[in-house]
Amino acid sequence: MGLYPKTQFYLMGDRGLLLEFGDEISREISEKVRRMALAVQAEGMEGIAETVPTYRSLLIVYNPAILPIQGLKKRLNRIEERLQQTPLPEPKLTRIPVVYGDAYGPDLEEVAKYHRISPEEVIQLHCSKPYLIYMIGFMPGFPYMGELPQALETPRLKTPRLSVPKGSVAIAQRQTGIYSIRSPGGWQVLGRTPVELFDPEKDPPALLQMGDFVQFYAVSEKEFKSWENLRPLKSWSPAF
Amino acid sequence: MGKLETFEILEPGILTTIQDLGRYGFSQFGVPPSGALDTFSFRVGNLLAGNREEEAGLEITLMGLKVKALREAVIAITGGDFSPALNEEPLEMWRTHLLVEGDIIAFRKVLAGCRAYLAVGGGLAVPKIMGSCSTYLSGNFGGLEGRKLRRGDILYTPDTPAPLDKLGLQFPRDWIPSPEKETPLRVVAGPQNHHFTEKGSQTFYSSPYQVTPQCDRMGVRLEGPEIERRSDVEESIISEGLISGAIQVPGDGKPIIILTELVTGGYTKIATIISADLPMVAQLKPGDQVRFKPISIEESHLLLREQEERLKGFRKIIQASSPCRK
Repeated sequence: MGLYPKTQFYLMGDRGLLLEFGDEISREISEKVRRMALAVQAEGMEGIAETVPTYRSLLIVYNPAILPIQGLKKRLNRIEERLQQTPLPEPKLTRIPVVYGDAYGPDLEEVAKYHRISPEEVIQLHCSKPYLIYMIGFMPGFPYMGELPQALETPRLKTPRLSVPKGSVAIAQRQTGIYSIRSPGGWQVLGRTPVELFDPEKDPPALLQMGDFVQFYAVSEKEFKSWENLRPLKSWSPAF
Repeated sequence: MGKLETFEILEPGILTTIQDLGRYGFSQFGVPPSGALDTFSFRVGNLLAGNREEEAGLEITLMGLKVKALREAVIAITGGDFSPALNEEPLEMWRTHLLVEGDIIAFRKVLAGCRAYLAVGGGLAVPKIMGSCSTYLSGNFGGLEGRKLRRGDILYTPDTPAPLDKLGLQFPRDWIPSPEKETPLRVVAGPQNHHFTEKGSQTFYSSPYQVTPQCDRMGVRLEGPEIERRSDVEESIISEGLISGAIQVPGDGKPIIILTELVTGGYTKIATIISADLPMVAQLKPGDQVRFKPISIEESHLLLREQEERLKGFRKIIQASSPCRK
């Protein structure tokens, strides 16, 4: 079905309004989510606490004492009507260095075996194209990106790990993501990046944003370590 | 503004963290609000201590916390009743007290609820991260170094005179929520109530559910009759944003109440607990029983307004009690 002809509004309790734009993961739906999120943020409505864009929906968290639900719905309808006139910022491409395999990517060999290709081919495929950031979620700054080349489609681990190191670059089904902080996780880890994805002291705190693109490139362990040495200086800039 | 050493943590208890009313606007970057779970008790505590409602204070989970006052301080304890004591004498909750240097406050035994709040005049002085002092445990930031309190921690308050004009203030007894054997929780249906069968909805609204030991600041897992899903819909949905109070039903058909340290999730949500009842959810502990009741969104907004009116009423009492305050 794809993009709904008419956006569906669902209540999430008495202070959440979920706008659902479609029933699948697609670039078309993602672009609509992004457009709407940016338009709502640009409107600067008093009483909106959060706008949470995800794959196919936008959650709006509002304060009903300031912004009554009926008024909110009306304004959202009006914003949606003129959505096509809202200019969309050109998406940014961020290139992310990754050291693949060994202790950094404990699942690289298994993923290669699963697809009956070499680890080098897995790396090549993973680096072969830019990925769209569909959403940031699960943990601070974690990007859900896609689509992986079909030849890399891999199920999640049967038993999730209790602890996945920060910076781990991983895949699951047709998605790829980066563990921005150490956490439990069930995605197949191919490598690790020295790039900081989240810094609570920065504005915005997340390096990557929904609607932008990421392309991975392979680096050696030595390069990885020299990146890591730079980290305390906070000298990282997105223009690398 | 300078800050002064005000408390020393002698025993940290099971889980004590620094919280305020949360960190809003950052879910889009994967950062959940965090913040005090029982916002009603938290806000009343701050008002009693002469603070603004959002000032940083302690959230105390069950028992074990023991703190020593390192200087004079005005405090109030609200929320769950863990039989707090001042120098081993029972200390009345929901009321303002003055501590002097060397005083020891201990939470001895769980009588009711799951989370108590200790508010201190001036509020706890910790750096604001993304606009909030709240501890985000799994993100390791906010509060005191992003972690729960440990033995030996020193807590600071701003170098301002203790609000002595608030001493003896008390929150009206009949406004204090009283615990019940079975906590009734009112919900607004959805967003995915249509994924469940008529029978499934009936099960959800007619059965008691019990709180399991899997119960923390991220969520409360419940045990009880399985909620039947429609056979033509998938168990999981495409991940979407979450708020506190959303009730997820994963594959096993047992509900999970989402709390304040999660941002997104891919399970269907049969209903969402109304804002006015979230403070009661914060007071649930393993073994407690709940029952869900559907209401309309109009009613839920009315109930929220009533709760706010009670707080407003109390703010007026407080202002009236200190006419000479500069």
